[in-house]
Amino acid sequence: MTDKNMQDKPFKKSPFSMQMDLSKFELASDSEKAQQDVMRESTTFFRDGIRRLSKNYLAMGSLIVLALIVLLITIAPVFVPYGYEEVIRVDGKRDRSLINLKPFTWSEKEQEAIDQGEKLFPHIMGTDDLGRDYFIRVLYGTRVSLIVGLFASLIVLIIGLLYGSISGYLGGKVDLFMMRIVDMIYSLPDMLIVILLAVVLEDALKERIAGTILAKVGVNMITLFIVFGLLYWVSMARLVRGQILSIKENEFVLAAKASGASTGRIIKKHILPNCISVIFISTALQVPSAIFTESYLSFVQLGVKVPMPSLGSLANAARNGLQSFPFKLVFPSVMIGLIVLSFNLLGDGLRDSFDPKLRK
Amino acid sequence: MLRYFLKRLGLALVTVGLIMTITFWAMNAVPGGPFEREKAPEPRVKAVLEARYGLDKPIGQQFVMYVGNVLRGDFGISLKTGREITTTILTGFKTSAKLGAMAIVVAVFFGLIFGMTAALFRNRFPDRLIIFLTTFFVSVPSFVLATLLLLVFSITLGWIPVWSATDRHMLLPVIALALYPMSYITRLTKSNLLDILGQDYIRTARAKGVAGWLIVVKHALRNALIPVITYLGPLTAYILTGSLVVETVFTLGGLGREFITAILQRDYPLIMGTTIFLSVIMIGMTLLSDLIYKIVDPRITFS
Repeated sequence: MTDKNMQDKPFKKSPFSMQMDLSKFELASDSEKAQQDVMRESTTFFRDGIRRLSKNYLAMGSLIVLALIVLLITIAPVFVPYGYEEVIRVDGKRDRSLINLKPFTWSEKEQEAIDQGEKLFPHIMGTDDLGRDYFIRVLYGTRVSLIVGLFASLIVLIIGLLYGSISGYLGGKVDLFMMRIVDMIYSLPDMLIVILLAVVLEDALKERIAGTILAKVGVNMITLFIVFGLLYWVSMARLVRGQILSIKENEFVLAAKASGASTGRIIKKHILPNCISVIFISTALQVPSAIFTESYLSFVQLGVKVPMPSLGSLANAARNGLQSFPFKLVFPSVMIGLIVLSFNLLGDGLRDSFDPKLRK
Repeated sequence: MLRYFLKRLGLALVTVGLIMTITFWAMNAVPGGPFEREKAPEPRVKAVLEARYGLDKPIGQQFVMYVGNVLRGDFGISLKTGREITTTILTGFKTSAKLGAMAIVVAVFFGLIFGMTAALFRNRFPDRLIIFLTTFFVSVPSFVLATLLLLVFSITLGWIPVWSATDRHMLLPVIALALYPMSYITRLTKSNLLDILGQDYIRTARAKGVAGWLIVVKHALRNALIPVITYLGPLTAYILTGSLVVETVFTLGGLGREFITAILQRDYPLIMGTTIFLSVIMIGMTLLSDLIYKIVDPRITFS
């Protein structure tokens, strides 16, 4: 009875019904359809950041300077016929006047050889006190400093990322315990401990690694890496943990959890993309500080050791005879300044274009 | 307040203990002792020497002995010079403290002035010049700066003698030490001041007709000072480590030079004494600056 009644009755719409009354609509005209067309290609976060970065002249300039430096230190050693630890000889004989040459000058014997029609490669930055080509030494020094800077930042990044994300994601007592350790390392006066460890590790490792592949890398390099790995990861770990803690509380993570996403997927797809830019920027800014530390240690004769040059040890060596050969200080100093300045400006530029908080 | 202070003090003490442990065990991990360099003494002589300095006892016992001595203010005797380390440290520290204190005053004073100038002349010539210079100074390591200053002012221009026992001698080292923190404080002050000048209470002050300079000095600068106070801890650390190389470059007989010499000569007790001494100062300054920060800024709550 009731069923029949309902069927017979004409359908009456409730005022709150979502059902549409088709008679009130009409087809869109072509011009209206055209308005819906996407005029500009949709952009991703990364592409947008790159676009912003390319408009930042300082950052782009630094990028070009860095690219030029990298190009120089990889290509130039192929063309320069001198080795970084090679004491230059003319016709197989040592030349007394070859030491401490000014840039673009020749020693007496070299001059004789040139007069006889021989072609020699110019000493672009002169020679040092042992008669080694200074240009190639500065190039190798730059190489060492850059490699140390990049690798050290990489080590810091890896340790900090792992430690920080574990601590931040697990939370609770584990987090508390892990962060206490970080607090303790963080409150150590880092430079003093770095100096101390550099002394100790160098002496302790020298005998252990003799004869292995590691010996080829050089004990000083390994020492530097270990020192960085031991001390400088803490600020990165703190940064990562803080990022993860704040992102973890967001609604979209809750939504992902509610729709059944696994922990791995949440970290990979939801949390990491949100903090990756901040981490990346901080890594870029870590490089100059690592180069600073390395050159500082080399300056107090604790870093890379002879005959391998580093910008810091070159600057230190230049202090002898500063009065007569000031150019020997100027070249490595300018190089350090240029690299550190470029990285700093690039890091600032990256932050301006990629940090979600600073974007407008 | 008291609870916060005690907690921080506790953490500081733990850190000092950690440093003492690290230094002690690290120095013992090094192969070769202090009597095994250059001309090694006869085994019998060596045994006597080791017994005299307590090096023949087990390491754990040596550590306990060492900690006990340090707590009594006795850092032992230098293995190289035979002098008491406490005396060496205190003599060296006189020079270093003078240098460091001057550098801190210079850095804070000029940093604030330049920062203020940059903020008030925002995007105009003074601002651009200051930002350019500070970016430059932040990018040059202190040892390079020190050597360049020595080169330009002492050697090329001859204005300031390289060797002199007067206080004028301190001028270049102080500049070399202060430029980096000064630049940092300049940037810090500028960004803070800009932030503060956009606040409502500044607008209120303007609206009621307070003179422009008075707003900056009385309302804005006070608040801009707060972050500078937190920087005092890291600043001390920077000045102390910076003085290691600056003292070496300018051949000032300070604590920094003692430390470097001790490391190059592997003079264990002196290294440990200096490290602990410098660490205590750095940690103390950090503690102090954090405390002042909490007292000065009423918005901070203790937790």
